Amino acid sequence: MDLSLLIIQALNGVQLGLLLFLVASGLTLVFGILDFVNLAHGSLYMLGAFICASLTFLFGNFLWAVLVALPLTGGIGYLVERFVARPLYARNHLDHVLGTFGLILVLDTLAHLIWGPAGIAVPLPHWLDGQIALTETLVIPSFRLLIIGAGLTAAAGLFWLVNYTRLGMLIRAGASNRTMVAALGIDIQTLFALVFALGAMLAGLAGMLIAPITEASIGMGNSIIITAFVVIIVGGIGSMKGAFIAAILIGLIDTMGRSFLDDIFKLAMSPEAAETSAPAVSAMLIYIIMALVLALRPQGLFPPRTR
Amino acid sequence: MSFLTRRGWISAVVMALLAVLPPVFFLTGNAFYLDLATRLSILAIAAVSLNLILGYGGLVSFGHAAFVGLGAYAVGIPAHHWLYGGLDFLATTSGFVQVPLAVAVTALFALITGAVCLRTKGVYFIMITMAFAQMIYYLIVSIEEYGGDDGLVIDTRSELPLIDLDNPLQLFGLAYVSLLVAMLLVRMITRSRFGMVLQGAKGNEERMVTLGFNIYAYRLTAYVISGAMCGYAGALLGNFTTFISPEMMDWSRSGELMFMVILGGAATTLGPVLGAIAFIVVEEILSSFTIYWHLPFGLMLMGVVLFARGGLMGLLRGRREDGE
Amino acid sequence: MNAVLDISGLNKSFGGIKATDDLNLSVRAGELHAVIGPNGAGKTTLISQLTGMQKPDSGRIRFKGRDITAMAPYSRAHLGIARSFQITSLILEMSVLDNIALALQAREGHSFRFIRPAHALTRLRAEALALLDRVGLADKADQPTVALSHGEHRHMEIAIALASKAELMLLDEPMAGLGIEESAQMVELLRAIKGRHTILLIEHDMDAVFALADRISVLVYGHIIATGSPDEIRGNEAVQHAYLGEE
Repeated sequence: MDLSLLIIQALNGVQLGLLLFLVASGLTLVFGILDFVNLAHGSLYMLGAFICASLTFLFGNFLWAVLVALPLTGGIGYLVERFVARPLYARNHLDHVLGTFGLILVLDTLAHLIWGPAGIAVPLPHWLDGQIALTETLVIPSFRLLIIGAGLTAAAGLFWLVNYTRLGMLIRAGASNRTMVAALGIDIQTLFALVFALGAMLAGLAGMLIAPITEASIGMGNSIIITAFVVIIVGGIGSMKGAFIAAILIGLIDTMGRSFLDDIFKLAMSPEAAETSAPAVSAMLIYIIMALVLALRPQGLFPPRTR
Repeated sequence: MSFLTRRGWISAVVMALLAVLPPVFFLTGNAFYLDLATRLSILAIAAVSLNLILGYGGLVSFGHAAFVGLGAYAVGIPAHHWLYGGLDFLATTSGFVQVPLAVAVTALFALITGAVCLRTKGVYFIMITMAFAQMIYYLIVSIEEYGGDDGLVIDTRSELPLIDLDNPLQLFGLAYVSLLVAMLLVRMITRSRFGMVLQGAKGNEERMVTLGFNIYAYRLTAYVISGAMCGYAGALLGNFTTFISPEMMDWSRSGELMFMVILGGAATTLGPVLGAIAFIVVEEILSSFTIYWHLPFGLMLMGVVLFARGGLMGLLRGRREDGE
Repeated sequence: MNAVLDISGLNKSFGGIKATDDLNLSVRAGELHAVIGPNGAGKTTLISQLTGMQKPDSGRIRFKGRDITAMAPYSRAHLGIARSFQITSLILEMSVLDNIALALQAREGHSFRFIRPAHALTRLRAEALALLDRVGLADKADQPTVALSHGEHRHMEIAIALASKAELMLLDEPMAGLGIEESAQMVELLRAIKGRHTILLIEHDMDAVFALADRISVLVYGHIIATGSPDEIRGNEAVQHAYLGEE
């Protein structure tokens, strides 16, 4: 097995994991603090990608597009919170799920109306489009390094926000005792709206970062949301630390699995059997992991401390 | 006491109309409505199956479309090999192999995934059923031989004695009779001792456990029955469309099924059928206006959730059938 | 003296809070043994461990000599342990009779029976009706449970406990939320079923406790500080201390 291939795929796995973390963190924040299950979170990921794509064509510059698209996506998140989530807080999780399912249909169709059925490729500026040589034989596209950097920065920023700022303290307090925080005179509604918008921005950022590689397309939200669910189930619903570790883990397992599973299988079975079974098993791998975690540790790997 | 309750009369009338109108349309040259009715009946079977665990059992499974899809592929894959070779032991268009295969595969899948899912509750349960459905989707898509993303075109229907499934009237007949059987089966199960336990657990799980019922085992059994019935519906669907697509198992299909059950009247015999009818009618009407019909449809769904009295859970808990 | 229920050295902590602290309690066959104690003493946690909903950190629970500490909740019913709930825990969507019938159904082997309608089980339903009669609710048998008053719900709880034909009945505050007349009715009902069953009665209502109990145990901060006859407990200084809180 080629060492540089291994390292490159490991880096790809980390990259996927960081993107997954960006999506999952918003999901777990909203679920952990607002107790709201937002199926349409994936649509925010998709809208971030599309808005950034359009703005890139408008401005001619990818980075400016990202900077403008971020608050726009946050704004959409705020609108979703205000008009869809807020009326449903008092309801059952089933209502959340089916209500946001309806929202997905609406947002997907809107995207279709605005941007058409095909995907949109997002062009990168020259300086981001190149390759960087890490060593003599190890070369990775510089954009992927940017993604990893952006992902780590966002993760660090979130960690700092939740643990070291007043807003973060309110978020954590609001999570464990809503009425108390409200009684202290803190405006719970604004707090929730902020958290929702933050989650939307994180998801949108992930979409913007992946779009230059895989295109902005309509179905992208619906597939990432399930993977994000797997991440937060494995990590422990409501736990940021759990989401981070689980996301990296799942990103690595998924990427390395797809690349190397057939080689691993070839150690134990015939090449033909390995070639036919490996793609199938690697497609199911992260779900098998999820099932194992559920069987052995149903609350997830790093569940948040219960009040 | 009259022979049928009021609700019974409504059911009888609806099912009679469903039996009679489509063939009439067909024979007067409107094949379209017969096709619609066939598709409706098949969807209704899936909705009736979901109602067993959702309406009567209170288990919110967001992954039932996977059973339908698996059932369809259980028809498609043997047919594919029969047409194009390979895997000789599986290559057949005999209905006597394909249909039992559909039921067996989906029952097994339901058993394995249900065993894991049912150890969880609430939103975890919802998410995990979605995840398992997605897993099957990705599994199927990863197998290039069976068309991957593009799906499987088989263009040939199951061979059954006495019935020619290529005849639209007979295919409809099979779908309709299957629906009747499914409805009666679910009705029987929910009125039996097993059904009482299932419904009791929906109402108050802790009470049932304290009484001594191993609720997990009862729910798993219901889950397997429900999955297998959906698998049968999938086998019919595969025969109807002769084009088996992984889209059949997309989790948004599960959402549509759930709406059929909840809106039509959960925990009733006719409810899922009414829900399926409503869904098909809305789909047809809206899509005749615009190809972007998912937009008003999604808005409708959101409206129902936002404005339903007591929310969907209220609808879910709401009505009981007469005589219970 | 044969102990039907024997709890020894039971401990349970939640985070920093010790809800059950070296709890020792013995319930004799045929007696009505009341457990009283100030609020927050750990009664709910005790019941949870007895029913199997919570696992103790350490200690043993023995039922008729058999160690049931780790037994699954649904299995305990089959050994002969029934429980009534402090917060009424009935199946509201079903009729009154259905609730009792289900309790009876639980005692008749497994319910993996799919064909005969449950309503056609005439013997079972007649037995359920008889039980309802014992608690004075026979005329309400076909009504939806949700339509009954709180007091009537509490009577249903007793009927369900009786339906399980259990040797040991864990009654969790059956008087909760009852007015004076209803409480008196409940005391009479409990007096009537006493003796044929072993009853562990968790209660706040002192009048009821002293009227019914053969023995009383006092639970304070998760620990039983005294056990004895009603007179012994009435005169016990430590008990008075615990309730009046004098230092």
